[in-house]
Amino acid sequence: MNSAPHTPSPLHDRGGPAQPLLVVRNLKKHFPVRGGPLERTKKFVHAVDGVSFSVPKGKTLGIVGESGCGKSTTARLIARLMQADSGSMVFDGEGVDEFGGIRLKEFRRSLQMVFQDSFASLNPRLTIAETIAYGPRVHGMPAAEAKRQAHDLLARVGLAPEQFASRYPHELSGGQRQRVNIARALAFDPRLVILDEAVAALDKSVQAQVLNLLQELKAERQLTYLFISHDLHVVHYISDYVMVMYLGQVVETGPVERIYGQAAHPYTRALLSAVPSMDPDRRTESSPLAGDPPNPINPPSGCRFRDRCPHAHPVCEATSPALISLPGDPAHQAACHLNDPASGHPGALPETQA
Amino acid sequence: MTAPLVSLQNLSVQFCGNRKASALNAVNIELGAGEVLGLLGESGSGKSVTLRTLLRLHPERSTKIQGKIEVDGHDVLALKGRALDLYRGGTVSMVFQEPGLAFDPVYTIGQQITEAIRAHGAVGEAAARAQALHMLERVQIPQARRRFDAYPHELSGGMRQRAMIALALACQPKLLLADEPTTALDATVQIQVLLLLRELQRETGMSVIFVTHDIGAAVEVADRIAVMYAGRIVEQATVGDIVRTPRHPYTVGLLAATVGAEHRGQPLQAVPGAPPDLAALPPGCSFAPRCAHASERCRREVPPLESKGGHAVACWHPAQPVAEAA
Amino acid sequence: MSATLELSLPAAAPVAAPAPSRSYWRVVGRQLRRDPMALAAGLVLLLIIGAAVLAPWLAPADPYKASMLKRLLPIGSPGFLLGTDELGRDMLSRLMHGGRLSLLMGVVPVLAAFGIGTAIGLLAGYVGGRLNMVIMRVLDVFYAFPSVLLAVAISGALGPGMSNSLIALTLVFLPQVVRVAESVTTQVRQLDYIEAARMSGASAFSIIRVHVLGNVLGPVFVYATGLLSVSMILASGLSFLGLGVKPPEPEWGLMLNTLRSAIYVNPWIAALPGALIFVTSIAFNLLADSVRSAMDIRR
Repeated sequence: MNSAPHTPSPLHDRGGPAQPLLVVRNLKKHFPVRGGPLERTKKFVHAVDGVSFSVPKGKTLGIVGESGCGKSTTARLIARLMQADSGSMVFDGEGVDEFGGIRLKEFRRSLQMVFQDSFASLNPRLTIAETIAYGPRVHGMPAAEAKRQAHDLLARVGLAPEQFASRYPHELSGGQRQRVNIARALAFDPRLVILDEAVAALDKSVQAQVLNLLQELKAERQLTYLFISHDLHVVHYISDYVMVMYLGQVVETGPVERIYGQAAHPYTRALLSAVPSMDPDRRTESSPLAGDPPNPINPPSGCRFRDRCPHAHPVCEATSPALISLPGDPAHQAACHLNDPASGHPGALPETQA
Repeated sequence: MTAPLVSLQNLSVQFCGNRKASALNAVNIELGAGEVLGLLGESGSGKSVTLRTLLRLHPERSTKIQGKIEVDGHDVLALKGRALDLYRGGTVSMVFQEPGLAFDPVYTIGQQITEAIRAHGAVGEAAARAQALHMLERVQIPQARRRFDAYPHELSGGMRQRAMIALALACQPKLLLADEPTTALDATVQIQVLLLLRELQRETGMSVIFVTHDIGAAVEVADRIAVMYAGRIVEQATVGDIVRTPRHPYTVGLLAATVGAEHRGQPLQAVPGAPPDLAALPPGCSFAPRCAHASERCRREVPPLESKGGHAVACWHPAQPVAEAA
Repeated sequence: MSATLELSLPAAAPVAAPAPSRSYWRVVGRQLRRDPMALAAGLVLLLIIGAAVLAPWLAPADPYKASMLKRLLPIGSPGFLLGTDELGRDMLSRLMHGGRLSLLMGVVPVLAAFGIGTAIGLLAGYVGGRLNMVIMRVLDVFYAFPSVLLAVAISGALGPGMSNSLIALTLVFLPQVVRVAESVTTQVRQLDYIEAARMSGASAFSIIRVHVLGNVLGPVFVYATGLLSVSMILASGLSFLGLGVKPPEPEWGLMLNTLRSAIYVNPWIAALPGALIFVTSIAFNLLADSVRSAMDIRR
């Protein structure tokens, strides 16, 4: 309505369209667990254990998995809210925080995050406009300009500034608060936005509104999304690529239609078939998996999924499967011995031997 | 036909705090023995309030309840003292969303279930323990004997929810109230708990009221679904009818907003706006401000819930079922 | 600034008056005004504080003027509304003047502990880690002693006198305030809005000033109001023991001490300073409770 037309800021596209916006290599984070005072050996939670992936420019990578799979830790490591134990990141062709690469402060501005809890992510003592203007003010934008920008952003996310700018978070509904969080993220003109369960806490009818808003903003501002969610429907809808995580590792990744159409990892298949059917005549009759996801302290040896996997075989205990490309689409990768004819798993696909 | 197990007649609940909020407005629900009703709605729709009112869990001083609740022949709103205690947990029991909060952290799972059994019947300690162990086995907790002596925090989320169900079913209630029992669980665990609930319901023949915001979960367990909005039931029908031929614009919107593969690449049909403020409900249909088909009449008069062939809808301009429209 | 802003949004006509947004403290204030308990407690405190502050002008007599003839006159004696003490001084005047010192000794240590304690607690809570542990363990040592004992010990070590007992009381309250400030800060620090602020590249100082301080001050303030009554009672106790104010200075605790001997002669007179201490601290406590519940309206 009265929002100023958004002029795409100079996006500093350094690497060109073929260069992925973000490349993450071998990211690791182990949290020490405090044992008893007499325990000698320290235990570690293997929250993120060697995660590598890349996000092409202007695309959405959906990260799915159950609680404890490390998807939120991955997000925090990328956002540098937490220090990784090891691993490297390349942002648009330049190493982050490496010699000669882009500096952390600049990197942070080009990457913003929207959190799940819309209430906890807003300072209860600041008005909506103050919250949005805070970041730019920190970076030296004059107060009047920051305020005007905040009003424009509010209008863009569908909150009339004259009504909402001077309200406090507790006076807004969940959906409205999440719009504010999105507006705050946009205040920096970021290139990558991490959405950590950003629509999970919203009511269904409101969730659809926010998803639409996210899609519009992405097209309008050439954003790239990292969309973390446990909701497979939503990930299917919004993502171009999907990465499935289990106990701190990537088990499968690929284009969305391949993951949802020809899932290659038993865990992905189980996850997909655990989704309620929506058809009262064809209710789910049996559960694809038994038990809960195991504790990420001391994960099983070899393949971490093996003790819940219907196809487990001694080889799965002995060696951990690598993430390898699948026939048909090199972008589709899975970490399962079943897909590797050289693995020695009796059920491995024979036709790939060609 | 026999009398229904549960009958709510014109039930209204108001909370009188700083502001008066009408959480329930003239709700009518009937539930037969052995029937599973899904109460579907978003936050603030009144679905949880309905459950809590059924158990009389609201503080009496600040809550105004009108109407009538009958469960298994008891006039619930008139129950007092020991009769109320026996009703809670005996006739009706509840499974909560957060099993971690519903258990007392300082007693073992087994102790708590044993305690619940003994509170409701003249059973000896040993018999009660045996029965409690049997309950844990029935909810398919592996190594039940070991888990019997475990403290709540030692169990995973899914196991805790199973134990919660065991606790709720320990006294063989005729009615189980389930308040978003699977919302906090992971997808692969959620489906296990849904299947378990369905199986236990079939075995025991109890009635279940299953509150959820997730249509998918409701479809998996319910026979009938009642859709709630702003403290009113706006539509009620069998699961099949709700999913295939929804008639209330809100239900239609809710189903359209449930994203799936077929929506990829196009904007979702979102219901605009947000649920109304319960302290200031509009005079007419509470969905009218968000409804594309709203007319003058919708803004003036509250539409009654009218039933036709088992499919009830409260709307002045309901969507026509495909068959009739053709 | 806001004028230019409204000019930049000209076409916002149909929307009625901009939504009136109540500032947080205004909401709290309104909540307090509606609370009968808060009003009553506030009124009592206002009376007591007013009488103390205006004592030089309002008091009917000189609080130091003794008279051997008029010792321990009962309440309601002509010319002495509340009677006289063991030296024949006018009780009403002494109580009014005494309130000045007693209230001062009640408020100053709490204010000082509030200021210093919040700063230490913020630092410990925000930085966390080893620094937090060192600070908190040091304070735990103070915690190990009952506060009365600690106050007496410090005060005794420093020597009698008003300023020393103020310092002693401040030291007694400091660990408690730090602990509250530290735990609230630790909680706030983990909230997503702090993370969001870190994502914006703001400095730690800016984050503390804008995002942490405002959200920590409230709960600590409420806790500190609860300490006011404790402080008054402890201060009176110190004076009673001869560690605080020295005679003939009027102070409620000291008066309680000197009137001790009169308890068999005229118990009502002897009870008066105690009653005032009691009423004042109850009023402070009730007010603190009301502030606490009024501030709890975020959602």
